[in-house]
Amino acid sequence: MNINTTKVISLLFFIFSAFYLYTAYQIQVFAFDENAPFNARTFPIYLGYAGLFFSGLKLILPDPNTIKVQHKTLEYKKTAILIVIAIIYGATILEVGYFLTTSLFLFSSYYFLGERRWVLMFLLSFPFVAAFMYLLHGVLDIYLRDPFLQSIGVMG
Amino acid sequence: MIEGILIGLTTALTLQNILMVMLGCFFGTIIGMLPGLGPMTAIALMIPITYGFDPATGLILMAGVYYGAVFGGSTSSILLNAPGVPGTVATSFDGYPMAQQGKAGKALAIAAWSSFAGGTLSAIYLLFLAPSLSKVSLSFRSPDYFALMILGLTAIAAFSSKGQFLKAMMMVVLGLMLASVGQDSLSDITRFTFNNMNLTDGISFVLVVMATFAMSEALTIILKRNDPTSAAKQVSLTELGSIKINKEERTKLYKTIPRSSVIGFLIGVLPGAGATIASFLAYGMERNIVNDEEKEKFGKGSVNGLSAPETANNAACSGSFVPMLTLGIPGSGTTAVMLGALLGFGVQPGPRLYMTNPEIFWSIIMSMYIGMVILLILNLPLIPYIARILAVPKNYLIPLILFFSITGIYVMSFNNFDIYLMIGIAVVATFMRLYDFPMPPLILAFVLGGLMEENLRRSLLLSNGSWEFLWDRTLTTCILLTTILIVVWHIYKTMFKKTKG
Repeated sequence: MNINTTKVISLLFFIFSAFYLYTAYQIQVFAFDENAPFNARTFPIYLGYAGLFFSGLKLILPDPNTIKVQHKTLEYKKTAILIVIAIIYGATILEVGYFLTTSLFLFSSYYFLGERRWVLMFLLSFPFVAAFMYLLHGVLDIYLRDPFLQSIGVMG
Repeated sequence: MIEGILIGLTTALTLQNILMVMLGCFFGTIIGMLPGLGPMTAIALMIPITYGFDPATGLILMAGVYYGAVFGGSTSSILLNAPGVPGTVATSFDGYPMAQQGKAGKALAIAAWSSFAGGTLSAIYLLFLAPSLSKVSLSFRSPDYFALMILGLTAIAAFSSKGQFLKAMMMVVLGLMLASVGQDSLSDITRFTFNNMNLTDGISFVLVVMATFAMSEALTIILKRNDPTSAAKQVSLTELGSIKINKEERTKLYKTIPRSSVIGFLIGVLPGAGATIASFLAYGMERNIVNDEEKEKFGKGSVNGLSAPETANNAACSGSFVPMLTLGIPGSGTTAVMLGALLGFGVQPGPRLYMTNPEIFWSIIMSMYIGMVILLILNLPLIPYIARILAVPKNYLIPLILFFSITGIYVMSFNNFDIYLMIGIAVVATFMRLYDFPMPPLILAFVLGGLMEENLRRSLLLSNGSWEFLWDRTLTTCILLTTILIVVWHIYKTMFKKTKG
């Protein structure tokens, strides 16, 4: 059986809207606000119903413009690797510091995307991040926490 | 008024103030180009510096930064499809496809000329209409604002959906849902945070825009690397093309710019509406006005489609100064930051500003025009150099886009939760983009969500919970009727097309 992915997304959105609506009804409001014409849960409740309405319509109505995606030509592996690198970057940036994590993130991203020009890869990671960091930290006065640079005495 | 203009010119044309406009435009362009760092960040960064100057000079510097950052934002919209500010989201609809076709230089030149013309025309409107326009914006009440926002969201869903209206409406609802996360503005009750402290303040706009545009664009490029159709597109990205605008394109601009500048200026005057609604409405209006042949080009690199939002967002920037200077109500987030700075100078904006500090009022208006001229002189010759960013190979450009996106979020909150959230939203957005779910309606809904709830709250409270406010005032009814007309017309058009087919 051929499943229309747009319909599947609409079904997921329908379920999400139902969950959103349920959560909207659970929002705790002040006792004196309970019967007010408008309280913290009013707008989300309308949104929940709107989500159910539009995704429901999309599910019921025929879909003449079916989108066909050629999954075989898509680069899932490289995309997944890049997402994982970005997650690792997010997980280590506070503990290790901006300079080292950002430089390594850039260097490894270039590598996994197939780049092998080592000098260019290096120049566009470590010195590039150092220059950008100087712009943010030194010129624009935006504080960037960096335990690594602090530990080697480069940053105060 | 002549006396006021002369006072303004005398103040704005001092060597120090011209230098300030130039510096402001230059730094604004650079900062605005970096995805994640928009005019608000740029102006906020300038506030401590401006306190060293007199109020007029300080505000002139900030106005220069504002225009520069808006232009810089357009540049990143066109070259990277990464709008740093909501006002330039609509610019990317046709600007980015033009860049993909190897016409990046032309797209940037059209954006520069449209910005210049939009800003110039709106500065003229501002001169003559400021006093009476402040009265018009005062007459808008909460139900009118609510109706206007419904109109804006419906219009963007109808016009950006390419025949998939329901998909666009689902994205509108999703955007409003994302905007509802965090503390309720009136009662401070937390909603949809699931006891996670990181969500208490809600989801930041920059995070959503970076995730749905810059990051998901980068991921889509990698994902479709082996797709023969998108590979062809990427090759052409490295070609800059000429910055020359031909006669046919000039003729189109002559028609688009005046009407878009009027829309932009009028929307900009309304407090809270600002450049975003202006650019989306101008884009939608332009798409409706042009002939069928031109309409087909929208979203694929149309000159009108690029010029309209670019003209309107700059016109709205000038328009948004009207409520700030005459009423003390900021017309946009950026002018709200400027209002804070103005109060810091000890200047109280309002109707009396004309009388108490005429040099400030008029010098800002005059410096707006000077700023536009400088922006054009500065940016047009630099276009070939700015566009060099396209020559960067994809293996380097993609990680750099991800790097700018993540850094943009990180420097705002210093919190890795925001990075995870951005990656999560970007992954979902990438998947939805594969199936043609449009992102612009989500962004506009996200920006307007808080304001929409606030105006609905006021309207319902004033009418004791009754929905009669929707037809109590003629203005509200007119706006809602326009919304209904758009929906009906859109459905009719789709059905007519199908029958024809």
